[in-house]
Amino acid sequence: MILLDRVTKTYSKRHTALDRISLRVEPKEFVIVIGQSGAGKTTLLRLLTREEKPTSGKIVVGGIDYDKLSDKDIPLLRRKIGTVFQDFKLLPNKTVFENVAFALEIVGIGGREIQATVPKVLDIVNLSEKAKNMPSELSGGERQRVAIARAVVRQPKILIADEPTGNLDPKHAWDVIKVLEKINRFGTTVLLTTHNQEIVNKLKRRVVTLQGGKITSDRANASYRI
Amino acid sequence: MKKKVITLFRIIRAGLINFVRNLSLATAAVAIMVVTLTIVLFLVIANATFTNTIAQLDSKINISVYLLDSDTPQQVNTLEQQLRALPNVRNVGYVSKDEALAEYKAENANNTPLLEAISETGNPLPASVQIEPRNISQIQSIKNFLDKPANVALQDPEVGSTYSGDRKVAINQIAKTTNLLKEGGIIGVAIFAIISALIIFNTLRMAIFNRRDEITIMRLLGATTWYIRGPFVVESMSYGVIAALISVLFIKALFSTASSTLQASSFGLLNISYAYTYFTQHFWLLLTLQLGVGILLGAVSSIIATRRFLKFKSHR
Repeated sequence: MILLDRVTKTYSKRHTALDRISLRVEPKEFVIVIGQSGAGKTTLLRLLTREEKPTSGKIVVGGIDYDKLSDKDIPLLRRKIGTVFQDFKLLPNKTVFENVAFALEIVGIGGREIQATVPKVLDIVNLSEKAKNMPSELSGGERQRVAIARAVVRQPKILIADEPTGNLDPKHAWDVIKVLEKINRFGTTVLLTTHNQEIVNKLKRRVVTLQGGKITSDRANASYRI
Repeated sequence: MKKKVITLFRIIRAGLINFVRNLSLATAAVAIMVVTLTIVLFLVIANATFTNTIAQLDSKINISVYLLDSDTPQQVNTLEQQLRALPNVRNVGYVSKDEALAEYKAENANNTPLLEAISETGNPLPASVQIEPRNISQIQSIKNFLDKPANVALQDPEVGSTYSGDRKVAINQIAKTTNLLKEGGIIGVAIFAIISALIIFNTLRMAIFNRRDEITIMRLLGATTWYIRGPFVVESMSYGVIAALISVLFIKALFSTASSTLQASSFGLLNISYAYTYFTQHFWLLLTLQLGVGILLGAVSSIIATRRFLKFKSHR
């Protein structure tokens, strides 16, 4: 479960990115956050991954109260959340297989288990044949699917995807969204931000609209409307 | 426990893999480390050689006190003991009249008229006490002792005491110069070592700066500080190992192929054969030292360089 209670984030006196946001996301939900550039979508996600600290307000994710989180615990928190970024953030010096395996290595999972798990996940994102390729040899869509494989390989309870389709053409964008839906069916809570009107309208999921750092609407089975 | 072993193994493996995959960057960093480590090693050897030259010079300078034939063995004995008690005296030796004559004859073996003349007059050579000073620049304290009236009375008034043949001024000059050079050498090595450390540190820092995004990504995926930093440290340490090995082998090759050229180009100031002996005798020590410096510099530089990118945002 994700819980934000009157969360405010200001970068300077003039710039308030989020203004007293309250949001509750239940387990296994699929929530889409929409809003124009600068509305605060990315800030919201960065607060959840603890890349930023809120100026005020309370955040609890999967039972972890962020106020009680020390720097030492941040890696442990991030291991529980799968994250997909608009710019993929793959490790350039590692192959596709190694990029996905890395997520398991840092948790200390044994080599044999990694050898067994990674191919299965690569199969889910249809990248089995590219396991030995370097990220520079992949298309944008393929890279994003590697990033998703990496985010889900640890079977996190929560998956956060920050405009994962932002850099992709429509066909590849749909591939990525289908993977996210598949993962959601397996029981992972998905929090997705997007600009893509078509995707929002076809998905028919809960849509949270951000505008000027405030939530202006929160509707179930909704379509794109700002 | 098992997890920790797996993690350690993975950190080392990742470091070595990174080393291979970043070969161009690694080559640049290793090259700079080789150059700096070689120069430091060269300076260390040069300094040792120089110190050796100075020591040889020192040992050749001594003071001879020529005694009167009338001095009793007891008086001579007391003088020797008193001399030994002086802080600046390393060694005291006694040359009897007969020994002096034998030495004189040996030195002038080819000069028959001189030998004949000396055998006719009996033994005109005085017995002497030979003093080897510890520090030639502080020879004055020994001179003061010898100039005491009681000691002057024991000495042959015609010759008295000589300082390697009355070259005291020259000796003093040499002493001052060598001391200056000895201290200068140590300071020079130290300064260059510090500069080298800074150059190496900066090179590694640049190499890591180029890969800061990687660190950020690993951070976002939930890797711990040491899981991210470890491979960088291993990689930088392996630069150090390779650079140290190359620099030691380079110096070795230089000595074995170009000794005569080196001897000629050092204007006779340095004893190159001694330098090579010093290098061979201390080979393992120097190698260990180079490896140690290389590994330490690699480790410290990479730890400091990664710190910046590993920090969590703690402001609200």
